[in-house]
Amino acid sequence: MISHMVILPVIWPLLLGALLLLLQKQSLQVLRIVSISSVSVLVLLAGWLLSIVNDGEILVYALGNWPPPFGIVLVADRLAAWMLIITALVSLCALLYAVRGTDTVGPHFHVLYQLQLFGLNGAFLTGDLFNLFVFFEILLLASYGLLLHGGGRLRTMAGLHFVIINLVGSTLFLFAVGILYGLLGTLNMADLAVKVADVDSEDIALIRTAGLLLFAVFVLKAALLPLYLWLPAAYAHTSAPVAALFAIMTKVGAYSILRIYTLIFGEQAGPIANLIQPWLLPLALATLVAGVLGVLASTHLRQQVAYLVVASVGTLFIAFGINTSAGIAAGLYYLPHSTFAAAAFFLLADGIANRRGEMGDRFEPGLIMMHQRIVGTLFFVAAVLVTGLPPLSGFVGKFMILQAALSHTALPWIMAIVLITSLFTIIALARSGSLLFYRAQAPQASHAATDTHVQSSIVPDINGLVSATCLLALCVVIMIWAGAIIEFVQATANQLLQPDDYIQSVLGIEK
Amino acid sequence: MEALVAILIGTLTGCGVYLALRNRTFPVVLGLTFLSYAVNLFLLVMGRLTIGKPPIIVEGVTEYADPLPQALVLTAIVISFAMTAFVIVLSLKAHLEMGNDHVDGKHKP
Repeated sequence: MISHMVILPVIWPLLLGALLLLLQKQSLQVLRIVSISSVSVLVLLAGWLLSIVNDGEILVYALGNWPPPFGIVLVADRLAAWMLIITALVSLCALLYAVRGTDTVGPHFHVLYQLQLFGLNGAFLTGDLFNLFVFFEILLLASYGLLLHGGGRLRTMAGLHFVIINLVGSTLFLFAVGILYGLLGTLNMADLAVKVADVDSEDIALIRTAGLLLFAVFVLKAALLPLYLWLPAAYAHTSAPVAALFAIMTKVGAYSILRIYTLIFGEQAGPIANLIQPWLLPLALATLVAGVLGVLASTHLRQQVAYLVVASVGTLFIAFGINTSAGIAAGLYYLPHSTFAAAAFFLLADGIANRRGEMGDRFEPGLIMMHQRIVGTLFFVAAVLVTGLPPLSGFVGKFMILQAALSHTALPWIMAIVLITSLFTIIALARSGSLLFYRAQAPQASHAATDTHVQSSIVPDINGLVSATCLLALCVVIMIWAGAIIEFVQATANQLLQPDDYIQSVLGIEK
Repeated sequence: MEALVAILIGTLTGCGVYLALRNRTFPVVLGLTFLSYAVNLFLLVMGRLTIGKPPIIVEGVTEYADPLPQALVLTAIVISFAMTAFVIVLSLKAHLEMGNDHVDGKHKP
């Protein structure tokens, strides 16, 4: 029975998405209730799965009972369950914000939302490379719909770029899959890991090509340096809850890199071992620098948050690039923190833009906004989180990364870049905060009437801040229970670096 | 025959990359279509080129055609078909909203 539970996080949003499509004629209230309860169930399911795999067990589900490596398998280990719970929590908070009006501007918002979760959960759970491609396509197609939801000139243009670059990425993915299948005769990840270790010497160059093509695809999804240019426009111009949900999208690339390059091209891969290690750390450091330069140069708050996402991807990959158990553990701690903080910041930026009327989120001193103190406090907390100042979780994450880097040969580079970029992030966010809050003026008496009119037409409700507050609270939770979580991510990192357990669980080879 | 198919895939990919780098949406969509044709053909021949071999077990036959790439390519065709349809509609939407078909939405000088 428990083994059947592995497929539930995948199939549940698909069924609910189909149900929501049938309920289209019902009132929006019904759709909202169904959608929110579905995501709440996902949170429970992910939590339950996490509690099962917490003791190191690896659950394998063979679809249609075809024995691996012939059939497709779903595999739930610590990493997969960790990603599932992060996705479920972020999507619940973003959905609670979306039901406040974003879902009314176009049709099928809730259906697309469920299908997006279907694709995300499938990508995290699958143990088959081609199946990973299929789930990537599902989550991308749903994300195209969500990104363009509501329309508008800038949104369409950013969406067009996003779609085209991802279609090219999908083509590269298929070329890599084709090469791997042609040479190794399997697409099951565990089986690939076994076969890649004793590959013919004449095929090594081709396998390396396939591995690096896959790396290019995942780098595109994760928005590392040469391939991050699609992200700021796409994230800055879409609606706030979608941008908040997309905070997890870059992490799909990070997850795939972590999975594929520890399992298939990890230490055990013989001549192809540690395929991407020469690339990962330099690219991550360069991404961090580029992201922070973008943060400094931004003219709009949403754009600034989008560049903060790029910078956090850089920091995350620095941790993974250290390629030790401590480094991966630090990255896995930093991952939920950066996701929650970025999502909260996107929702908060939308709240600020709504309160400033025609000024929007442009960096110009405007009028004093409604609920200035509460919004300002939330902005301050989010900024402390993102920059990694003590005492919140950003500090714990960055401290763990720097601690893991102590034994690395590139330590001076990592230290210098992480610390200097943190300083620049603090300067940039302090500047935006003081522009938005301290330099705001009280409305002139003569303009007061029209201003009130503008503000009342948008109705910036105090309840709109609840989602952002929940996400910030989640960051506080992972700071308070940092001890238990660090223990968990450490165990996850160890499990990843010993792929034998995974391979044996999937292929059923006795020790 | 291998050489012929390889040249075919290479030509399709080359045309696809060239067209995908153009600045109007219509050639870009055509380029993406060429790329997906190329990769579908590539996936198909990854099961090696065989003629007249059965794909499922038959008594007294020792050489088979690989059935899996055909299943993979079928999935890939369906996905690329859906994506092409979507990107065409999106380009039309962009053309209507921006008044021209430049990928950056720039108006004509």
